[in-house]
Amino acid sequence: MGSDNNQFLDAYTTGEYKYGFYTDIETEYAPKGLNEDTIRYISAKKNEPEFMLEFRLKAYRHWLKMKMPTWPHLTIPPIDYQDIIYYAAPKKKKELKNLEEVDPELLDTFNKLGISLEEQKKLAGVAVDAVMDSVSVKTTFSETLAKHGIIFCSFSEAVLHHPDLVKQYMGSVVPFTDNFFAALNSAVFSDGSFCYIPRGVRCPVELSTYFRINAANTGQFERTLIVADEGAYVSYMEGCTAPQRDENQLHAAVVEIIALKDAEVKYSTVQNWYPGDKNGKGGIYNFVTKRGICKGSNAKISWTQVETGSAITWKYPSCILLGDHSVGEFYSVAVTNNYQQADTGTKMLHLGRNTKSTIISKGISAGRSNNSYRGLVRISKNALHARNYSQCDSLLLGDKCGAHTFPYIRTENKSSIVEHEATTSKISEDQLFYCQQR
Amino acid sequence: MLLKITNLHASIHGKEILRGINLEVNEGEIHAIMGPNGTGKSTLASVIAGRDVFEVTEGEILFRGKNLMELSVEERAREGIFLGFQYPVEIPGVSITNFMRTAVNEIRKYRGIDPLPAGEFLKMMEERKKLVEITSNLTNRSVNEGFSGGEKKRNEIFQMAMLEPTLAILDETDSGLDIDALRVVANGVNKLRTPENAFVVITHYQRLLDYIIPDFVHVLYEGRIVKSGGKELAIELEEKGYDWIKKEN
Ligand SMILES: Nc1ncnc2c1ncn2[C@@H]1O[C@H](COP(=O)(O)OP(=O)(O)OP(=O)(O)O)[C@@H](O)[C@H]1O
Ligand SMILES: [Mg+2]
Repeated sequence: MGSDNNQFLDAYTTGEYKYGFYTDIETEYAPKGLNEDTIRYISAKKNEPEFMLEFRLKAYRHWLKMKMPTWPHLTIPPIDYQDIIYYAAPKKKKELKNLEEVDPELLDTFNKLGISLEEQKKLAGVAVDAVMDSVSVKTTFSETLAKHGIIFCSFSEAVLHHPDLVKQYMGSVVPFTDNFFAALNSAVFSDGSFCYIPRGVRCPVELSTYFRINAANTGQFERTLIVADEGAYVSYMEGCTAPQRDENQLHAAVVEIIALKDAEVKYSTVQNWYPGDKNGKGGIYNFVTKRGICKGSNAKISWTQVETGSAITWKYPSCILLGDHSVGEFYSVAVTNNYQQADTGTKMLHLGRNTKSTIISKGISAGRSNNSYRGLVRISKNALHARNYSQCDSLLLGDKCGAHTFPYIRTENKSSIVEHEATTSKISEDQLFYCQQR
Repeated sequence: MLLKITNLHASIHGKEILRGINLEVNEGEIHAIMGPNGTGKSTLASVIAGRDVFEVTEGEILFRGKNLMELSVEERAREGIFLGFQYPVEIPGVSITNFMRTAVNEIRKYRGIDPLPAGEFLKMMEERKKLVEITSNLTNRSVNEGFSGGEKKRNEIFQMAMLEPTLAILDETDSGLDIDALRVVANGVNKLRTPENAFVVITHYQRLLDYIIPDFVHVLYEGRIVKSGGKELAIELEEKGYDWIKKEN
């Protein structure tokens, strides 16, 4: 290895978290803990219509019956769900009409992060929806987008102004019954982004959401819902950071994507939550459910993720390939260091004919970290001529870290082709039989 | 009765390999299957395990009274059937630890038991590794990748020890083993033997049967079991070869 590389590795393995500052902004909190009153508080704060409150309460009652999943290759310290603040918002003095009215401290925060909410950024062609703690602060560029009929706003605004779309699609890909964290999110989510691209429209700019956890002891529960109508196209980017704190903070998000006939959605994430310090103290617990459905034929959903942050990551962006000829893609680079733990991967569910999926995953582990890839490719009986190609590589830096690969493949018809490549080999009938036998 | 095979016929690409196999295996028994190359021993093992490249055209296999033809490969494995492969397959990128953890927990799930906590699982691994005298670093590697022939075979026995099958079929697990490894494999089988489980050992060599004493020895020839006897049959075969059997048939 050349000395350049060594320097890079040193810089990486000893580099410190750059986004650990804390902004002193007046913040409004919900009382600590979780019960039906907390949920009513959140819903009331947001002036939500009745259907939302009902959705939340149903999710909460379901969540009470669920347990934390134990199957991930993670060591998760017990989480006290009553010791978390479920809603924290920068205190608004009045309704914001334009950017000038946004709290200068807040603008400064996003500027420090290299995220300008101002015009320059708009010129560069990125529309940003910034979510600070639980509330979407400002969606830039909305007017231009509106010309194309594109709706890009905070989830709360969508609930108020586009309740029909929200009602139709919210929970249709990730129902609250899906898993423990999805149920929790559905009960207490505070904000997030909503995006609707009408029929035949190519979104002219990259849409982007920026999440930041600022307040202490708070959990962030945001929800993103992206609907691409027939023939629409959108590329969407999500980024996140959090201040450096000694205690762990919880982040449980839900992202749902719906791509109708001939639509294409690209979703990229740069996940850079605070990973904890060198000794494994502090850091974000990141439990995220991301799933998209290719509902119509020829639809395409592509997930790209760079995962470097969080103390614990549990995340499997997935595609349900329902429409014939639809395409799902998952590209991931996960880097773990110190005491970080990542269990991430994807699910590709092939339901339609001639559906295609590609999975490329690279894991890099350093320090005492653990990095697992978990993938499920399932090809149903009716998904004739479906194809999957998977490739997972891992790189271990040092001898105290771990990398693990858990590929699960289920094929229910014989016209499909599944290739799993861990280094260079194709999964053959021999290998499949051997695995199934065990 | 554990396993009852009646008039089993199986073919591949239209070519008939098994032509009416009858075999009964009871709990606590060890059966040895011998026979010339290419007569269908591995095919029989694969068909019992449910490999679907082979087409069963006639006959039936009952495992503890259940019709195996209705079960998939995984379901048969979960029912407690283990096949030690003649040629274990390499699975790059999947570590033995994960592979075994998944397999063990799948079986537990099928039987309605909670998954084994990581700590206990590792303890179990260590214990079973000792049983088959496996050095520790082997299990950190990808399944069989770059293993020597002998290491692969030892790894098969290790996996058998982890999965505690009710019926273990060992297809030439002794081939390619040095004399120490042979003893280790045989010891593994003997230690895992209980009155409830059974072993079917496919081998070409009488020497394995010095360590694993079979209750029955069968000779498979041209897709049929043409002769069965006690362990003395193995000695007779070692002395006389297969010619006399071929002539009789
Ligand atoms: N996948 C396959 N395709 C075509 N023919 C096959 C296949 N597998 C097995 N056969 C044929 O089936 C016959 C029986 O093979 P099998 O492997 O069962 O023999 P065996 O008794 O185990 O031999 P050995 O002692 O050499 O291991 C052989 O003629 C072999 O060529
Ligand atoms: Mg054979």
